Amino acid sequence: MPASAPRPVPASAPRPAPASGPKPDSAVVRDALGVGVAVGLSGFAFGVTSAGAGLSVLQTCALSLLVFTGASQFALVGALAAGGNPLTAAAGAFFLGVRNAFYGLRLSQLLRLPGPVRPLAAQWVIDETTAVALAQPTRRGARIGFTVTGLSLYVLWNLTTLAGALGAEALGDTAAWGLDAAGPAVFLALLAPMLRTATERVVAGLAVVLGLGFLPVLPAGVPVLVAALAAPAVLWLEGRRFAARGTGTVRRKGADR
Amino acid sequence: MNIWIAIGVTAVGCYLVKLLGLLVPAGVLERPLVQRLAALLPVALLAALTAQQTFSANGALVLDARGAGLAAAALALVLRAPFLVVVAAAVAVTAGVRAIGG
Repeated sequence: MPASAPRPVPASAPRPAPASGPKPDSAVVRDALGVGVAVGLSGFAFGVTSAGAGLSVLQTCALSLLVFTGASQFALVGALAAGGNPLTAAAGAFFLGVRNAFYGLRLSQLLRLPGPVRPLAAQWVIDETTAVALAQPTRRGARIGFTVTGLSLYVLWNLTTLAGALGAEALGDTAAWGLDAAGPAVFLALLAPMLRTATERVVAGLAVVLGLGFLPVLPAGVPVLVAALAAPAVLWLEGRRFAARGTGTVRRKGADR
Repeated sequence: MNIWIAIGVTAVGCYLVKLLGLLVPAGVLERPLVQRLAALLPVALLAALTAQQTFSANGALVLDARGAGLAAAALALVLRAPFLVVVAAAVAVTAGVRAIGG
């Protein structure tokens, strides 16, 4: 999935030089399994949410097997549950998945995977595997971390998705169990570590206003795409402010002349 | 059928962007503006989705038990709780508020 990548990532933080030689493989495996198991279990929440949104068990499992990037999966079933057009719903999920391309870019330099392996490895290019791989001091460690996290997370995420989808049917009304709050909680948990600077917070705030403001007036699934425009909008404003400062200097120089 | 179309499009699209990152030569995606946009896009989407899935029902804005659940999740995040605890807090509080008639 998905999700909570950033937490296990004290990763990219500078780590103290290992006192006793390189990090042993077993330590990499332990880190990777910790992330894989913890996040893998949250597939249960996805299974329940997806079934609660009206998807069949088969459809729910297909999403976890084929899409395998949690935020996109939650977004898709949420949009479908709200009655969104399938292509609009898919667009929102797709845009959330775009970040994985940038993870892939960093991983390809780090892992140096042979060409034939790449199409297989691609399915595991997600928040968690990237976080664990980037945290390792050596290429060998990064490869082990990526593989173990990817494998454990993929297997568990799909098993717990199935369990959640089947469990939801047994639970009946998932809303009575509060399970409709799982999706937004997952989003919030993913979002929180990203709100590092004022820019991210402004983007998030603007996106909330746009997303809620357009919700009553635009077809389901479209408001979230409008809200996505908060990102380029804030970047553009930042760029303008930067440029204004730049040209201000130029003008002053001109005035001196 | 519509659902399968959505699943198919999402699966293909999400797989291709994952593969793209592994295949394109470094440098193409490394322009600072592209990287900034890629980092901010999920922020905007996740914020909007969080708000929408908490404060809306059937295309209208509502405030119900999910609001309390999300507040519990936010508190858990502030307390640096693990991912599963954050989600569980939201679910439990939402169910609790509904049970007492919220």
